[in-house]
Amino acid sequence: MAVLVEMDQIIKIYPNGVVANDGVTFSVERGEIHALVGENGAGKTTLMKILYGEERPTSGVIRVNGRAVHFHSPQDAIQLGIGMVHQNFMQIPSLTVAENVVLGKEPTRRGLLDRKAAIQITEELSRQYGLKVDPEATIESVNVGMRQRVEILKILYRGAEILILDEPTAVLTPQETMELFKSIRTLVKQGKTVIFITHKLREVKEISDRVTVMRGGKVMGTLPTHEATREGLARMMVGRDVFLEVSKPLRARGEKVLEVRDLTYVSETGRQVLRGVSFSVYAGEILGVAGVEGNGQTELVEVLTGLRPATGGEARVLGTPILNRSPRAVRLAGVAHIPEDRLTNGLALTATINENLIVDRYFRPPFRRGWFIDNKEVRQHGQQLIERFDIRTPGGEVPVASLSGGNMQKVILAREFSSQPQLLIAAQPTRGVDVGATEFIREQLVEQRNRGTAVLLVSADLAEVMSLSDRLVVMYEGQITGVFPEAAKATEEEIGYYMLGVKRQSPEEMEAYL
Amino acid sequence: MWELVLKGIFSALFVASVLRISTPLILPALGGLISELSGATNIALEGIMLVAAFTGVVISAFTQNVWLGVIAGILSGMLVAAFLAYFHLYLGADLILSGIAINIMATGGTIFLLYVLTGDKGSSSTLASKAVPVINIPLIKDIPVVGTILSGHNIFTYLAFILTWFVSIYLYRTPQGVHLRAVGENPEAAASLGLNVRRIRLGALLMSGVLASLGGLNLSMAYLTLFQREMTAGRGFIALAAVFLGGRTPWGTLIAAILFGFFDALSNQLGSLAIPSQWVQMIPYAATVLALVVYSIRQRAQAVERARRFQEKHLAETRALGD
Ligand SMILES: Nc1ncnc2c1ncn2[C@@H]1O[C@H](COP(=O)(O)OP(=O)(O)OP(=O)(O)O)[C@@H](O)[C@H]1O
Ligand SMILES: [Mg+2]
Repeated sequence: MAVLVEMDQIIKIYPNGVVANDGVTFSVERGEIHALVGENGAGKTTLMKILYGEERPTSGVIRVNGRAVHFHSPQDAIQLGIGMVHQNFMQIPSLTVAENVVLGKEPTRRGLLDRKAAIQITEELSRQYGLKVDPEATIESVNVGMRQRVEILKILYRGAEILILDEPTAVLTPQETMELFKSIRTLVKQGKTVIFITHKLREVKEISDRVTVMRGGKVMGTLPTHEATREGLARMMVGRDVFLEVSKPLRARGEKVLEVRDLTYVSETGRQVLRGVSFSVYAGEILGVAGVEGNGQTELVEVLTGLRPATGGEARVLGTPILNRSPRAVRLAGVAHIPEDRLTNGLALTATINENLIVDRYFRPPFRRGWFIDNKEVRQHGQQLIERFDIRTPGGEVPVASLSGGNMQKVILAREFSSQPQLLIAAQPTRGVDVGATEFIREQLVEQRNRGTAVLLVSADLAEVMSLSDRLVVMYEGQITGVFPEAAKATEEEIGYYMLGVKRQSPEEMEAYL
Repeated sequence: MWELVLKGIFSALFVASVLRISTPLILPALGGLISELSGATNIALEGIMLVAAFTGVVISAFTQNVWLGVIAGILSGMLVAAFLAYFHLYLGADLILSGIAINIMATGGTIFLLYVLTGDKGSSSTLASKAVPVINIPLIKDIPVVGTILSGHNIFTYLAFILTWFVSIYLYRTPQGVHLRAVGENPEAAASLGLNVRRIRLGALLMSGVLASLGGLNLSMAYLTLFQREMTAGRGFIALAAVFLGGRTPWGTLIAAILFGFFDALSNQLGSLAIPSQWVQMIPYAATVLALVVYSIRQRAQAVERARRFQEKHLAETRALGD
C-alpha cells in the first residue's frame, strides 16, 4: 500500500513549555483505518492538530503523497484533503444540518444562499456514505450521534480524503457506535483513509487495520491490528501491565447506608422520569446500575445528590433524609459524588487544582480561619492529593482547564475520595479516560468499598458495571426492572434483555434483593 | 378629558405619530440586532446616535446642503463604531466598558463642540440646519385615513421599514449573513471553517454604526431640525432592549420598537391630562421594563418546551434503536 501521509520527527512544545510531541514519526497508508491510542495527555490530539494545520510543529516535517508541506491554517490541510472531526463539535446550534454542512462554502444563486442546493448536497453525501441525517432539522434539535455524522459530512463536503476522528465514540451509545463503524467501513470502501483516536481497545480490535501507540509524547510503536492484543496494547500505552479486569476480595456487606423508597421524579415538563425507585446500598458493597442511557439514571443521581428536587419518595443516608436538601447538606450527610458531566458539575475549569480540591470543605477548619481561607493549608492539601492521586501537572496552581481529560477526572476523584464519604455515588467515572487511569479509578472504587464505603456506581459501560459491582440493578424507563444479587454470575446477554425492556422481574421477585 | 385622549389614540394621526416616533428606535435597533447576532453587543448605539445627530446638523448648517449633512452624520457614526471595534477587537478592551466610555464621551463631546460652535450649551437653534424631505406618496396620500397614516413621513421612516426587510434578507438569505450569525453563536467553529471572526465582527459593528447614525440623524434632521444636548434620551438603550424583546429577529425587533414607540406616543397624548408629567414620561420606560420581564418569562417557558420536545424525541429514538 502506498504511504499517504508521513509525519517525520515532529516536535511540539506549547508556549507554556509542555512538550506534547517529542520526535514523533507517524505514517498512514492510503485506504487504511489507523487507530491512534495512548494515555490521556500522550499527545494524540496535538499530533492530529498539527496534521490538520491547527497547530504548527516546533520542528519536523510533514509529507503528503511524498511532498513536504507546510500548513498555516486548517484551510491548507483541507486543500490537500485532510479533514478533522474534533471531540467537541464545531457546529452552529441554530442553523440547520444542511446549513452547517455547507457553512463557509455555501452554494449560492444570485448572491443568495441556495438552501435547496445545500439540502441536496447534504442528502447526496449522506446517501453516498451511509451517514443518516435530517438536512432540515436544526442542530440543536438533533442528538449527539447525528451531530457527529454532520461533522463527518462537513469535512467530506470540503473534499476530505483523510478523515481524522478524535475520540468519536466517547459520547456515543453502543448502538450509535455500531452505526458509526458501519459508516467508517463504507468510507474506506470508497477510497477514504481514516485515522481514529480512541481509548477503547475493544474498538481498536474491531475497526482498525493498524494501530499506533503513543506514550508521553513519543510513539511506542505501530503494528498491524491482528498482531495486537488488548493486553499488549495496554502495556505499551502505560509501560507496565494493566489489569483490564479488576479483582476484588470477597467482603461481607455491612449496615444499610443508603435507603431509597418509592422515589419519583417528574421533570419540569411533566415527564415521569423516575417511577417509584426503591433500593438500598450497604456499607462495603458496590451496587451497580446498568441501563441504556436516558432511562433515568442521570436524574436518579442528580436527585440523590441534591442537584434536582425529587417529586416524591424518600431517601436516607444512615437515617438522615437527603431528598430536597442542598448539595452541601447532602455532602455533609456523608455523600460524595463523581458527576457524569465533569466539565459542568465536577470542576470549576478556570479555577486552580488546589481550589477545586477544597470546594467542598473550604468553609471548615483547617481551611477556614476566621473570615479567611488559609492559603498555606490549601496549598499543602493540594500538594498531598496531587501526589497521592498521581495528577500529572506542573503544580497545584494551574487552572484545571489546562489538564488532559484523564487528569481532570483524577482531580475530582482526589476530592471525592479524600472526603471520607459514607456513600460514594459515581456516575460514568471512566468515560473518556485512558486505560491506565481507568484501571486506577476502578482500583480506587474497589478500595473504597473494601474500606467499608457504600458505593453506587452508574455506568453505561456494561462490562464495567458487571465486573465492579457486587450487586447489580437494571434501570429501564425510570424503573428498576431487574436485580442480580451476584453481579459476577450474570451474563451480558441476560442483562442486555433487561436493558432493552424485553425481560423484567416482578416486584415480588425483586423485593428480597433490593 | 379621557374621551379626548381616547379619541386621540383612535385616530389616523395618532398611528402616524407612532410610526414617526418609532423610527429613531427601529433604525438603531436594527443596528443593535446585527452587532448582537455577530457576538459583539453594541452598547454604544446611544453615543453613535448622538454624534451622528450633532454632525449632521453642523455640516448641513455650514454647507447648507442636507445630503452632505446626512453623509457626514453617517460617516461620523461609523467612525465612532470603528473606534469601538478597534478597542474591542484589536486591543482586546472589554466591549461593555468601551461602549460606556464612548457614550459618556459622546454626551460630553457634543455639548462641548456645540458650545464652541454656537456659544450655547443647550441647543443648536442659532444654526440654520437643514431638514430631510418629507415624502408624499402619490395616490395613496389622497386616500382618507390610510393616506394620513402612510404618506407624508420623512425619508427615514420609510427607510426604517425598507431596511428591516433588507436586514432580514441579509441575515437569513445571504452567505455573509449566515456567517455573521455563525460567528456570533460559535466563534470557534466559525474560525475552524476559515471564517475571519474579527473581520466579520468589525463589519457588523460598522453596519450597526451606520444604522444607529440614521436613527440619530432622524432626530436632528427630521423629527426636529436642530441638535439638543442629550437629545437621544436613552433611545440607544431602548433600541437594544427592542432587539432582545424582538427575540433577536429583524421583524420581532421592528415590532418591539414600534411597541415602545406606541407608549412614547401615548405619553404625548396623556400630556393633556392633569397627571403629573413625570408620571406620563415614565410610561415608555416602565413599559420597556415590563416588556422585558414578560419576555424573559416567555423565554423560559419556551426553553422548557424545547427541552421537553428534545427529550421525547431522544427517548423515542433510543427506543427505536432498542427494538
Ligand atoms: N493548547 C495547549 N496549551 C498548552 N498545553 C497543551 C495544550 N493542548 C494540550 N496541551 C498539553 O499537551 C499534552 C498533550 O495533550 P493532548 O491533548 O495532545 O493529549 P491527548 O493524547 O489527546 O490526551 P486525551 O486522551 O486526554 O485527549 C498534555 O499535557 C496537555 O496538557
Ligand atoms: Mg485528545
